[in-house]
Amino acid sequence: MRFGGQQVLRDLTLNIHRGQTVAVIGESGCGKTVFLKLIIGLLRPSTGRILFDNQSLFELSEAELTRQRLRFGFVFQMAALFDSLSVFDNIAFPLREHTQRSEAEIAAEVRQRLLEVGLSPGVETKKPAELSGGMRKRVGLARALVMNPEIILYDEPTTGLDPVMSDVINELILQTHRRRGVTSVVVTHDMRTVEKTAQRVIMLAPLSSLKPDEPQILFDGDLTALRACTDERVSRFVRGEAGLLSVAG
Amino acid sequence: MASVAERSDDLITRLGGAVFEFVEAWGDVASFAGSALWLMFTSRPSRGTLTPNFYQIGVRSVPVIGITGLFIGMVLAVQSYADFMKLPGMRGWLGVAVNGSVIRELGPVLAATMLAGRIGSAIAAELGTMRVTEQIDALICLGANPIRYLVVPRFLACVFLIPLLTILADFMGVMGGAFIATQYFGIEPYEYWTRSQQEVGLWDIGTGLFKSMVFGAAIAIISCHRGFHSSGGAEGVGRAATNAFVMSFVAILILDFFLAMFFNTVYARLWG
Repeated sequence: MRFGGQQVLRDLTLNIHRGQTVAVIGESGCGKTVFLKLIIGLLRPSTGRILFDNQSLFELSEAELTRQRLRFGFVFQMAALFDSLSVFDNIAFPLREHTQRSEAEIAAEVRQRLLEVGLSPGVETKKPAELSGGMRKRVGLARALVMNPEIILYDEPTTGLDPVMSDVINELILQTHRRRGVTSVVVTHDMRTVEKTAQRVIMLAPLSSLKPDEPQILFDGDLTALRACTDERVSRFVRGEAGLLSVAG
Repeated sequence: MASVAERSDDLITRLGGAVFEFVEAWGDVASFAGSALWLMFTSRPSRGTLTPNFYQIGVRSVPVIGITGLFIGMVLAVQSYADFMKLPGMRGWLGVAVNGSVIRELGPVLAATMLAGRIGSAIAAELGTMRVTEQIDALICLGANPIRYLVVPRFLACVFLIPLLTILADFMGVMGGAFIATQYFGIEPYEYWTRSQQEVGLWDIGTGLFKSMVFGAAIAIISCHRGFHSSGGAEGVGRAATNAFVMSFVAILILDFFLAMFFNTVYARLWG
């Protein structure tokens, strides 16, 4: 994947299996968010293909691509709630856009999703600007869940939150996986999120730190293998250590 | 030190690059406009997206456009009066000069310029903020076409409300000019209005309104395009807002020139 002259992802081949929760970790700038946006078709790969249910997303018609996208839920880093709409209208948005449900049915569904993410129906009249960071993330998750997606993509779900709220979000990721059996891809650099939610961990390296023939995937395995990994770059990231070279640099 | 041949090669390369960038940029705007027009005819925007835009773009522009129109008409009367007084028998032509200028040019151009300043920058800033905060990406993920949801309602509001704003600017300008001419300079109202009625007609009003619709379309497309393609956080949003106004203003003046040439030719063919 290339942006102008800058390459961000290179030679990635990954299979994500149904029902798995995969954490994608790595230093800032290694292309984690780009990877997530490629999966849902927000970005088009410069070369290569993204297959979903053995279909290449970019070979689909616009209408079919939209239909396939509705099988995904995307929880954005800063929630990406629509500023001009209330919490209720944010969550109701896809229902109004894609279903023929009555307003009463939509209201019931919105309330159920709010309760699912631990918010009281009292917040539904508020505008996103009136919410705290944690509440925004939870509303973002409620909006992502409202169309009952099969795959949920989380982009840095705990970034900017205090440890308690981070744990609430981690619990929600876990609960959502257990209750709905969804496939989840969690892009994060928070090891507590990885420890709590992931069944499989993929670690990417920034291309700037790699030699031309080195693979970009530094690690791909489960949590036990991650803890036992002897690769210096992986273990340093897991322990949250900068390393002498990085400090000096 | 570079030779003359090397320097001329460099100049040609840079010139070629600039031309290429220019064509690419305007090609992108044309493609964006094409998508908006296609979606406008193939899927009807909801009332929920139209009403706030019509209110914001139309209703909230009324005071500023009314005041601007009024004062332009008054200033025009003040500035023209001295020149008209120098020529014997020209007092009655003051109404023609003021009303003709307002209805043919100043009304449509002023309304469009004010709209570009008030609304064009706001559209670019709003959509730019939505871009950098990933709200446009969120729309796509939720299966909504952002051009249909964000651009089409703004385009429709600009195209259909700017003629009404132009009528307002024309009316206020004509009234302002008439007030100064008749009440301050003491020109007979009959003399002022009769000559004006003979020389400024439906053709002038109609072409002015048509021009305003073209200006409205240009403002909407340029401003939405700038907002959609903004990047680089708050600085990028600010740049998009400024560019939207500057590009819209330049487009209004260029379009005005070509439309004036076009309508003059048509008029000459029909009645010349």
